[in-house]
Amino acid sequence: MRPRGVRPLMADRHLEPDTPELRARWAGFAWTRENAILVQEIIARYPAGRQRSAVMPLLDLAQRQVGAETGTQGWLPIPVMEYVAAQLDMPIIRVVEVASFYTMYNLVPVGRFHVQVCGTTPCMLRGSDDIMTACKSRGMHKGHTTADGLWTLTEVECMGNCASAPMVQINDDNFEDLTAERLDTVLDALAAGQSPKTGTQEPGRHTVEPLGGPTTLKEMVKANHDYRGEWA
Amino acid sequence: MALADKDRIFTNLYGYQPWNLKAAQARGDWDDTKALLARGQDAIIDEMKASGLRGRGGAGFPTGMKWSFMPKESKDGRPSFLVINADESEPGSCKDREIIRHDPHKLIEGALVAGFAIRARAAYIYIRGEYIREAETLSAAVQEAYAAKLLGKNACGSGYDFDVFVHRGAGAYICGEETAMIESLEGKKGQPRLKPPFPAGAGLYGCPTTVNNVESIAVAPTILRRGAAWFSSFGRDNNKGTKLFQISGHVDKPCVVEESMSIPFRELIEKHCGGIRGGWDNLLAVIPGGSSVPLVPAAQIMDAPMDFDGLREVGSGLGTAAVIVMDKSTDIVRAISRLSHFYMHESCGQCTPCREGTGWMYRVMERLRTGDADVSEIDMLWDVTKQVEGHTICALGDAAAWPIQGLIRHFRPEIERRIAENVREAAE
Repeated sequence: MRPRGVRPLMADRHLEPDTPELRARWAGFAWTRENAILVQEIIARYPAGRQRSAVMPLLDLAQRQVGAETGTQGWLPIPVMEYVAAQLDMPIIRVVEVASFYTMYNLVPVGRFHVQVCGTTPCMLRGSDDIMTACKSRGMHKGHTTADGLWTLTEVECMGNCASAPMVQINDDNFEDLTAERLDTVLDALAAGQSPKTGTQEPGRHTVEPLGGPTTLKEMVKANHDYRGEWA
Repeated sequence: MALADKDRIFTNLYGYQPWNLKAAQARGDWDDTKALLARGQDAIIDEMKASGLRGRGGAGFPTGMKWSFMPKESKDGRPSFLVINADESEPGSCKDREIIRHDPHKLIEGALVAGFAIRARAAYIYIRGEYIREAETLSAAVQEAYAAKLLGKNACGSGYDFDVFVHRGAGAYICGEETAMIESLEGKKGQPRLKPPFPAGAGLYGCPTTVNNVESIAVAPTILRRGAAWFSSFGRDNNKGTKLFQISGHVDKPCVVEESMSIPFRELIEKHCGGIRGGWDNLLAVIPGGSSVPLVPAAQIMDAPMDFDGLREVGSGLGTAAVIVMDKSTDIVRAISRLSHFYMHESCGQCTPCREGTGWMYRVMERLRTGDADVSEIDMLWDVTKQVEGHTICALGDAAAWPIQGLIRHFRPEIERRIAENVREAAE
């Protein structure tokens, strides 16, 4: 038996039940005109007869389109997966396998903002517990969407922002070097419909240079320095 | 000797300047790439071999030698492919992200050079799904390169046709394993393949394929321009070159920085990270190469050279040079238990020892964290890590076992103390 509070593994994520209501809502799913063009570009990246390689980018695109239609980050209802399967001439089960294996595909509806708090050791060492607590104190619960449909909270594994930890990814953007207060500022801005500054939230820090200014490559701060003249 | 700025490859590492083609060319990228290719495949591979470059993705396999395994001609009409591993997901690793978002043209030029050297028809750059903005930058940079005729038909006027495609993952650490990456590129679950056949014989779409890390590919053009002798003038024998180090955790100033291989740990931290939080006496342990390598206690790491051999000598490894620093405030059992959770979450489920073992190990680790265990379970956990290690198709099982082994090896008294304390509290 798995102890309580542990997130499901990759292998046992569950689909939203396939109900008549779900069918009624999503059976008519079709690409928007812009996405239909994009789909052709994507399929052309792979050799002829290998269109199945496009299943991941197409599922991502479908999730985004569902998101745009529902005012959320988006998810993948079964009829939408069937639509992608038909387009790529794949059995539906092969598409469901992919959608359920990769954690970025949402298998159930999510909120407008998907707050993904990194909790792996490098972020943990820099205070991700405080970030998680700050989310919970705003009424979020891991694996759930708030009643107002605004926030879905997930604890995720290492996001590759370890030198500017702790961090959260919210939909497409990262917010790094967080404290509970800085996170609140970001979430307040998002809730108010604003676009807060992305990346590091540490005043005076540019990206992943040491705080206070780089110890190397200082010429690059002010100008696009060409070091080739110093090669010997 | 300290590494000088003129010898750093990733000069726009921090993104103070634009990533675009014009700015990249002003920094020296795409400078007469045609001439590099004109040296011919054999000369390029020989130069890479002579440079001593070892793969930067963790395993440290010599890059030039890997390239030389590719077929020189296709006897049956199958094309060859280059797959670039940008699925950076190893906890602690955050270097490929900086290359991709701030210096993407180094990677794209490297893709052409490497692809030409192994006679590939195209490169697929597999970038982790969570690097959303990074993938946007990379895709835009690829478009710039096509528009400038640096890629595509007659790339750089070399007479060689070469395409570069960006493929986004969708959140699966295991796809950083080369055969899982190939499966994923083919539109399947990312579950590793048995080897042999090796990718150089039958990889993507059953065709000869080389899989290289982003950093290995991105340094190639500079190595060719400046020569193998220049690159191999840094670092100790068998550990040559410059390297992106990523320092996270309990240092005053976490950062990513390019340094000479073999730089002593203490120098790396003092020079770029402002020292250990609370001073050197406050250092507890370091995970020097990303989550998959065992931790090293303070006394052993302080003066260790940061390279493949130096860290192997202290029972660990360089991995991706993702240096996770832990001071004495760290709950060391929890820090490792959280990594066990990571491996449980990321096990692809294919091999039983890993699928079942990672969850089992995590649950025992959580009990050791709180002391709710019997002392004999420490040895049992050790035994189980040995049963997982080496008994799976890919190295994820090993990677899940090693951090726990490192913890038991170096911090067994701390685990026993917690158990004893728990027993005492229960008795009171």
